[in-house]
Amino acid sequence: MPGITREEVAHLARLARLELKPEELDHFAGQLDDIIGAVARVSEVADQDVPPTSHPLPLTNVMRPDEVRPSLTPEQALSGAPAQEQQRFKVPQILGEE
Amino acid sequence: MTTTTDLVSYEDALASYDPVMGLEVHVELGTKTKMFCGCSTALGQDANTQTCPVCLGLPGALPVVNATGVESAIKIGLALNCEIAEWCRFARKNYFYPDMPKNFQTSQYDEPIAFNGYLDVQLEDGETFRVEIERAHMEEDTGKSTHVGGATGRIHGASHSLLDYNRAGIPLIEIVTKPIVGAGERAPEVARAYVRELRELIRALGVSEARMEMGQMRCDVNLSLMPKGADKFGTRSETKNVNSLRSVERAARYEIQRHAAVLSGGGTVIQETRHFHEDTGSTTSGRVKEEAEDYRYFPEPDLVPVAPSREWVEELRAGLPELPLVRRNRLREEWGISATDMQAILNAGALDPIVATIEAGADAASARKWWMGELARSANESGKSLDELAITPQQVARVTELVASGDLNDKLARQVIEGVLAGEGTPDEVVDKRGLKVVSDEGALTAAVDEAIAGNPAIADKIRGGKVAAAGALVGAVMKATRGQADAARVKELILEKLGVAEG
Repeated sequence: MPGITREEVAHLARLARLELKPEELDHFAGQLDDIIGAVARVSEVADQDVPPTSHPLPLTNVMRPDEVRPSLTPEQALSGAPAQEQQRFKVPQILGEE
Repeated sequence: MTTTTDLVSYEDALASYDPVMGLEVHVELGTKTKMFCGCSTALGQDANTQTCPVCLGLPGALPVVNATGVESAIKIGLALNCEIAEWCRFARKNYFYPDMPKNFQTSQYDEPIAFNGYLDVQLEDGETFRVEIERAHMEEDTGKSTHVGGATGRIHGASHSLLDYNRAGIPLIEIVTKPIVGAGERAPEVARAYVRELRELIRALGVSEARMEMGQMRCDVNLSLMPKGADKFGTRSETKNVNSLRSVERAARYEIQRHAAVLSGGGTVIQETRHFHEDTGSTTSGRVKEEAEDYRYFPEPDLVPVAPSREWVEELRAGLPELPLVRRNRLREEWGISATDMQAILNAGALDPIVATIEAGADAASARKWWMGELARSANESGKSLDELAITPQQVARVTELVASGDLNDKLARQVIEGVLAGEGTPDEVVDKRGLKVVSDEGALTAAVDEAIAGNPAIADKIRGGKVAAAGALVGAVMKATRGQADAARVKELILEKLGVAEG
């Protein structure tokens, strides 16, 4: 069994920008362990002759021609934005670069 | 945040260490639409006028791959001598940064469309260096951030940022080299030559204009040092978004000097991204590099695999244009010029104008002479590139034709070019307006010659006495009298004839 640790959950939570309480870390570590354990059983039945798959349909090369289609209006595009300014999406101060 | 960085001299750094480079180049494709949706990629439009549910990452929107984007990626891969994947997928690169509204970038991870290639690049002295290509993969560009409230639009001190997603989703091809070893002191030059060759290649393929100053092509320079003779690579730094050929070379050079100072001081190089500053030619620390697994790549469930048929790949291979290095070598032979001369032509951006001028009817030597001489000078003075000058290759060819037919001499031709550049019209119009034809009227010439002889009896005597070289002064007088519009060779003939001296 994989054995998901508390530290791994904390790391994932940080990457996902989720604030978790100490007891939640333990709680989710157990749950994630169960989930991963369940999924891991697939590899017990999948043999070498079963290719890994990320899509349920056996399709390839679904492409579209390089032709322009109408875009949303800026009003439509910004309609769901919590804040906007100068026809742009306004976001809080970005930290971490520079 | 000003800290002084220790550097050792470039020579000292190279005496103790071997540089290892990895270059990552992003090319924005020139497709009409984005990689996964039909939004236009036109530049310079109003903010957020080129977005849709797909590139905004709205719930339920489904991306569909741009066929031309895939085709361009395959062409680039083939031109880089890569193998083309028979089957490959897109992957989500997860990160939180507002430049992508989806919170991930659709990219390729362990299944790039092209891999295992090489690009031969030529250095200034004509030496060829082979750069091995690790992979070329498809991905999408990010939106454009404007930082408000801080100094000069930088993040530092900004109160908030504004996002325009017109660029988010524009197709990008990321081309990654294998570690470049063995370039030694020429590593920065190799980096520059590689990016230039790649740019020429991309343009020849017609998949992008690859204008670095417009961000259509950007380079990340990974660099590390290892002690001379070692084979274990050192810790690397990654200098991001270096946006000119000159900067690529300078960034590599600076990092060699900086790493050498850290290492010879007994320190450890930190694995981090760095920012290059054009003004000082230096780099400063960015962020400590996140490990690859922090992006939690996984296969993109909304897109199906791309499996280019071998027939399609071979069709694209057969349609590849003559590649830039091959073309340059062919032209160099045809024109009979040295590698250094060719390099000068490339550095001046004169290759295409010269070729176009020859195609318009000029002989190769004249086409080279005008573009590398008068026109290069004019471009230099006005701070323009050759292709921005207000003269076409066809017009330059016409000037060379007028010179070849004897209607213009070089001096007059320069004035014609000056006139065309100043917007006075076509070469023929400038000749008419300025009255620049060579004086071929023998009567007028003879009169001018007689006048010159009469006005300079002492010189005339010398010539009569056999000092043919003295004729230059009289030719000069005639040229002055005709305002440079005489054919100097004919003038000299007339003078010698009049004074009864046979030349030779």
